[in-house]
Amino acid sequence: MANEISRRAVLGGLSALAVAAATPALSLTADAARELIMRAVADINAVINSGKSESAMYRDFEAIFRRYADVPTIAQSALGPDARSASRAQLAAFADAFTGYIARKYGKRFREFIGGQITVRSAQPVKSFLEVRATADLPGQAPFAVSFLVSDRSGRDLFFDLLIEGISLLKTERTEIGAMLDRRRGDVDQLIRDLRTAG
Amino acid sequence: MPNATQRRLAALAGALAALVALQACNTPPAPTDVWDPYEAQNRDTHAGNVAVDRALLRPAARAWGEGVPEPVRQGAVNFATNLQAPGDVVNDVLQGAGEDAVHNLFRFVINSTLGIGGLFDPASSFGLEHRDTDFGETLFVWGAPEGAYLELPLLGPSTERDAIGRVVDIVINPLSSIAPDVPVWVSPTGRVVQIVDTRDRLAVSIDGILYESADSYAQSRTIYLQNRRFELGDEAEDTYFDPYEDLYGE
Repeated sequence: MANEISRRAVLGGLSALAVAAATPALSLTADAARELIMRAVADINAVINSGKSESAMYRDFEAIFRRYADVPTIAQSALGPDARSASRAQLAAFADAFTGYIARKYGKRFREFIGGQITVRSAQPVKSFLEVRATADLPGQAPFAVSFLVSDRSGRDLFFDLLIEGISLLKTERTEIGAMLDRRRGDVDQLIRDLRTAG
Repeated sequence: MPNATQRRLAALAGALAALVALQACNTPPAPTDVWDPYEAQNRDTHAGNVAVDRALLRPAARAWGEGVPEPVRQGAVNFATNLQAPGDVVNDVLQGAGEDAVHNLFRFVINSTLGIGGLFDPASSFGLEHRDTDFGETLFVWGAPEGAYLELPLLGPSTERDAIGRVVDIVINPLSSIAPDVPVWVSPTGRVVQIVDTRDRLAVSIDGILYESADSYAQSRTIYLQNRRFELGDEAEDTYFDPYEDLYGE
């Protein structure tokens, strides 16, 4: 009996060590990630049900995105391999144009949530970051899954991806921005100009 | 003349032979996000599908959404969904998902009776929510590989595994055994109603993908694959993309 307990304790300790080894330098806790997304979601819910005009809502979404998301990382990742050859000024201009584009594009989708409610459920570590799971309840529809991936690798606790029913903003926009860039024969400056009105 | 059961068995054997072929040849050399060896043909099919959407499906969906009162639309969708419930139960059993099988069986019984032939969905208000499944999922549970990406004419994004699943679902449709009086055109009509209704409900998102993106083929492909893998719980290595590994070269 005592043997059994101590073996369990040892096994437990070992698996805890394994988890610690697998997630290096993760100072961000599940509670902190959950709390961050609760605040972001409260802000999103407030905008969805504010009854504001479309353009006012997009401005609000853009502000939320800038406050809670790691915009430079998301933008650079969306630009893909082309980010390496871009200048610092181009990257900054791209990140700025990209933020407005995302706010308009996803703001349009969030407008379909009007009258609905997003509720944060749980947070658990995945690789070197945390996944915060939420559900979106819309009137007359089956609830669907929304996930935020949160990391502190930028120096602050911020989300770097948003998944709706498993569809990642990051992956989807890497594909889309890549296609936009191909269409413009790799001309990043042209892409930045066009992104300012796209979405 | 072969009877219905014999025809079904023959078709099932054909589908299984296709599956064996799928196991044998169409496995990507390494796990990748998107495996699309038929891209050129798929893009042709996609162009055709977009043309059909523009000319037919989108206008039909708009007319359906604007012209038909909400309770009628909901009733039609409920009815069509209920027709698929016996097929869901069979797939749940094949997957060894006993709880889901019982859940979907109760749904079918309640909605077919209290729900007046499935026009209403009282089961959901009793806490028995819709739990969709299909033979593509059964194949996934059995360990069949996803296969190559496919865009099917009229039906849209799919994979080799899901395309086989669609054929088998039509073949094994147990509705005709349970309710032989239901005319053969009812099930396909139900499918059409579901497609038109979904096209209307998701109008903003689908218009965005098909008409506003730089490459609507690549967008629908990535979105379909991500969503389908999520539905199935297919947790491949690359479920999440970590941009920090990329940026900081780890």
